[in-house]
Amino acid sequence: MLALLRTLRCAFAVAGIALIAASAQGTAHAASAIPPALVHDLALGENDEKIKAMGQLAASGDEGALELLLALQAGEVQTAGEVVLRVKDGAAIDLATGGKVDPLPQSREDVVLNNRVRRELGSAIAALKLASPDRAARLEAAKTLQSGADQEMLPVIQRALAKEQDPDIKALLTLTQATVQMGSADKATRIAAIRTLAASKDPNTKTLLLPLLEKKGSDFAEPDSDVRAEAELSLRAIESSLATGEMVGRVFSGVSLGSVLLLAALGLAITYGLMGVINMAHGELMMIGAYATYVIQNLFRSHLPGAFDWYLVAAVPASFAASALVGMALERSVIRFLYGRPLETLLATWGISLILIQTMRTVFGAQNVQVENPAWMSGGIHLFSNLVLPWSRIVIIGFAAAVVLLIAGLLTRTRLGLFVRGVTQNRSMASCLGVPTVRVDTYAFGLGSGIAGLAGCALSQIGNVGPDLGQSYIVDSFMVVVLGGVGQLAGTVYAAMGLGIVNKFLEGWAGAVVAKIAILVFIIVFIQKRPQGLFALKGRMADS
Amino acid sequence: MMGAIEGPLPADTRAPPAAATPVAAPRLQAPLHPLFTRGGWIAFCAAAFVLLVALPVANLTLPEAHPLHVPDHLVTLLGKIMCYAIVALAMDLIWGYAGILSLGHGLFFALGGYAMGMYLMRSIGREGVYHSDLPDFMVFLDWKAYPWYWSFTDHFWYAALLVVLVPGVLAFVFGFFAFRSRIKGVYFSIITQALTYAFMLLFFRNDTGFGGNNGFTDFKRILGFPIATPEARLALFAITAAFLLSFLLLARYLVTSRLGRVLTAIRDAESRVMFCGYNPVHYKLFVWTLSAVLCGIAGALYVPQVGIINPGEMSPANSIEIAIWAAVGGRGTLIGPIAGAFIVNGAKSWFTQAFPEFWLFVLGLMFVLVTLFLPQGVVGLFRRRARSGR
Repeated sequence: MLALLRTLRCAFAVAGIALIAASAQGTAHAASAIPPALVHDLALGENDEKIKAMGQLAASGDEGALELLLALQAGEVQTAGEVVLRVKDGAAIDLATGGKVDPLPQSREDVVLNNRVRRELGSAIAALKLASPDRAARLEAAKTLQSGADQEMLPVIQRALAKEQDPDIKALLTLTQATVQMGSADKATRIAAIRTLAASKDPNTKTLLLPLLEKKGSDFAEPDSDVRAEAELSLRAIESSLATGEMVGRVFSGVSLGSVLLLAALGLAITYGLMGVINMAHGELMMIGAYATYVIQNLFRSHLPGAFDWYLVAAVPASFAASALVGMALERSVIRFLYGRPLETLLATWGISLILIQTMRTVFGAQNVQVENPAWMSGGIHLFSNLVLPWSRIVIIGFAAAVVLLIAGLLTRTRLGLFVRGVTQNRSMASCLGVPTVRVDTYAFGLGSGIAGLAGCALSQIGNVGPDLGQSYIVDSFMVVVLGGVGQLAGTVYAAMGLGIVNKFLEGWAGAVVAKIAILVFIIVFIQKRPQGLFALKGRMADS
Repeated sequence: MMGAIEGPLPADTRAPPAAATPVAAPRLQAPLHPLFTRGGWIAFCAAAFVLLVALPVANLTLPEAHPLHVPDHLVTLLGKIMCYAIVALAMDLIWGYAGILSLGHGLFFALGGYAMGMYLMRSIGREGVYHSDLPDFMVFLDWKAYPWYWSFTDHFWYAALLVVLVPGVLAFVFGFFAFRSRIKGVYFSIITQALTYAFMLLFFRNDTGFGGNNGFTDFKRILGFPIATPEARLALFAITAAFLLSFLLLARYLVTSRLGRVLTAIRDAESRVMFCGYNPVHYKLFVWTLSAVLCGIAGALYVPQVGIINPGEMSPANSIEIAIWAAVGGRGTLIGPIAGAFIVNGAKSWFTQAFPEFWLFVLGLMFVLVTLFLPQGVVGLFRRRARSGR
C-alpha cells in the first residue's frame, strides 16, 4: 500500500514537471493574465506558498485575480494531477491555459484550505474588493481588512486610499494602513503610523500602541526609543480624548437626568407654590401621562400605522389633557376641602395615589407595558469614539427646555398667569379685586398636573411604563422642589440640573446607590443650614 | 375607657391652656388629670388580663374544636399587630401631641428590628446552610470575619441596648439639627421621608453587611430557647402585650404631665410658647427621641415573632401607613392610634387574603375619607356620639 502511494507520487511529480514545461509555452496566448506559476502555487503549493501567492494576487489588483480567489473560496478550484481546473456547472477550464477541458478528468481533488489560509484568502479578496464600484462592498472589505491586513497588501490599500472618496471607508483604510505600517522595518514609517493612529481617537488603537511600550525580558518590544516616545505621546493623546469623551458623556447624562427631574418637579413646584398643596399623587399623575402615551401609541398602531412615527405629536397633548383632567377632578373633589391643612393634604393625596395605582393595575395589568420609540428617535449622535448621545435623550432635554419656556411664558404673559401669581402672593387681596380664586386654584392645579402628564409622556420614551412608575420619582421630585425653593421656576431649573449632574458624577465615582444616598444626605443637611431659603414663606406669612 | 381619656383635641377647638400660663407660677396651673379614672383602670386591667392570661391559656390548653380556642396564626397576627400598636402609640406622641408628622418612623422600627435580628442571626450558630460561624449571607459574600459593627451582638443584652440606642441616637442627632433649624410641618415630614428612603437604599446594598435584599431570616433560637415553639410564641406575645400596656401608661403619664401640656401648646401655637419663655426645641427633641426609641423596641419585639426583617420595612410607603393607623383611630387620644393599628391591620390581613386586589383601594379610601370626614378618627366619632346623646 505504502509502496503504491510512493510510486503514484513519483508519477505525479514527473507529470507535473512536464505540465509546467507545457504551460510555460502556452502563457503567451492564455486568456488570463495570471502567471501560471502563481496558479500552481495557489492550488498545489504548501500553505506558506499558497499564502504568498494570494498576497501577490492581492497586490496585483487584477480583475482576474479577484475572480480566481473567489472561485477558490467557493470551492470551484480543483486539481487533476498537476492540472489546475476551475469546475463550474459540469464544465472545466484549465486555469493555466484558459482552455476548455473536455471531458472532465475523472480523478479530481478539491484544493484543501486550512483556517489560516482561509483567513488570508478572505483578506486578499477584501483587498481586491477595495476597487469595487459598490460602496457597501468597499466598506465591508475595509472592515474585513482592519483585522487581517499584512505587509503584502500595503500597496493595494495605498492605491485604494488614493482613489477613495467616501470619508468612512477612507478613515478605516487609513487606520488599517497605519496598523500595517506599525510593523514596518523603517523607523520613520513607524512613527508616521503611530501619529496616524493617535489622530484617529479610536479606543481600539490603545490596544495596538500599548504593547510597544511593554518590556520583553530586558528589552522593550519596540527597540527604537524615538518610536517609543512617539507611541507614549500618542497614547496620552488618545487617553485624554477618551477622558474628554467620558467627561462630556457624564455631563450629558447628568443634564439628561436633570431634565427628567425638572419635568417631574415642575408641576409639583406649581401646585405647591400656589396652593401649598403637597401632592403625593404627583408621581401617579405622571404615570397617567405615560399610560395616555401608551394608549395613543396603540391607537396609532391599529388605525394609522402609516403615521406611527408621529404618534408623539398626538400623545403629548393627550397626556397633558389626561393628567390635567384627573388633577382638576382631584382638586374639586378632595383637595379643596383640605386647604390650609398641609399634613392632611399629604395623607389624602397619598391615599389617592394608592387608588390610582390599583386602578391602573386593574385596567392595564400589573406588568409593565411596551411603549415604542418612533423611528426617528432611535440611534444617536456619534460625538466621540466612546460616546454616543442617544436621540431620545436629546429630544427629552429639548422637550424639558420647551416646557420650561412655555410655562414661564404662561405665568408671565397671560391673564391666567397674572391671576395665578396674584393669588400666590396675596389670596385675599386678589379675591377682593375680583379674581375668581377658587377657579384659579382649579386651573393652576390642572396646569401642574398636566405638566406631570408631560413628564410621564417623556419618561415613557426612556424607561419602563408600569403602575409603579410614579413611586420612584416622588422622593426625587420633592428633593428638587425642596432644594430649589418654591414659586420660582429658575430655582427648580437650577436644582434639577445641579442634582442631575452631581448625581451622575458621584455615580461614576462611587456607584449609583452611594451617589443617591449622598445626595439625600446632602439635601437633609442643606435644609438644616438654609431652611428659610427653601419652601420659603416670606414676610408676614412666615408663621401664621 | 374611651370616655376616661381627656386628651386635648387637635386643632383650635379650644384655646390652648398652657400658652397663657407664666413659667414662674406653675402652682397656678389647673390640677393634673389623674392617670386614669376608675372606669379606665378597670378597662385597662381587663385588657391586661385578656392579653397576658386568658389568651395564652386559651391557645395552649383548650382543644382545637373548642369554641374559645385561639388558633396559632391568630396569636402571631395579634402579636404582630401589638407591635404595630406600639409604633402607632409612638406616632401619636409625636404627631398627635406635638403636631410633628414623621414619615420616617418605619426607619426606627426597622433599626430596632435589625439590632435584634443581629443577635438572632448570631444565635443561629453553625446551623446555617453553610455550617459556618458567619451568617449565610456573609459566607455568600466571601467575608472571613464579622464587620466591626457586629461585635458583641452575640450577647442579648448588648443587642437590647442597641435596640434602644441606635434609633434613639439617630433620632436625637437628626432631631437636634432639624428642630434647631426650626424645620417643621411638611418640610420635616419630607426630610424624614428622605431619611428613611436613604437608609432603605443603604440596607439594600449587600456590602452594608445586613443581608441586602433578603435581610435576616431563618432564626433558630432566642436566649437559648427554640424560637418556633408554641411556648416561645406565647412568651413573646405576652412580653409584647406587657410592653404595649406599660407604654400606654407611660404615654398617658407623659401627656398629662406639665411636659405634655407644653407639647400640646407647641402644637397649637409654637410662637406663643416661645414668647412665653419656653424653648420648644427641648420638648420636641425629647418626645421625638422617645418616640423613636418606642419604635425601636416595637421592631425588636416584631422580628422574633414574624421571623424576618428586610429593608422593605424602611420603604417610605410603610412609614406613611403608620400615620394612617394613628389617623384612623384618632390623633391625640393615645388609645385611638392603638385601636387604629388593630382596625387597619386587621382589615389588611383579611382583605389581602379574601380580596387582594381591593386592598389598595380600601387603604387609599381610608386615607382620603379619614382626612376628609373623620379628622378625629374613630375615637372622635364615639366621643361625638356620646356628647350628642347626653
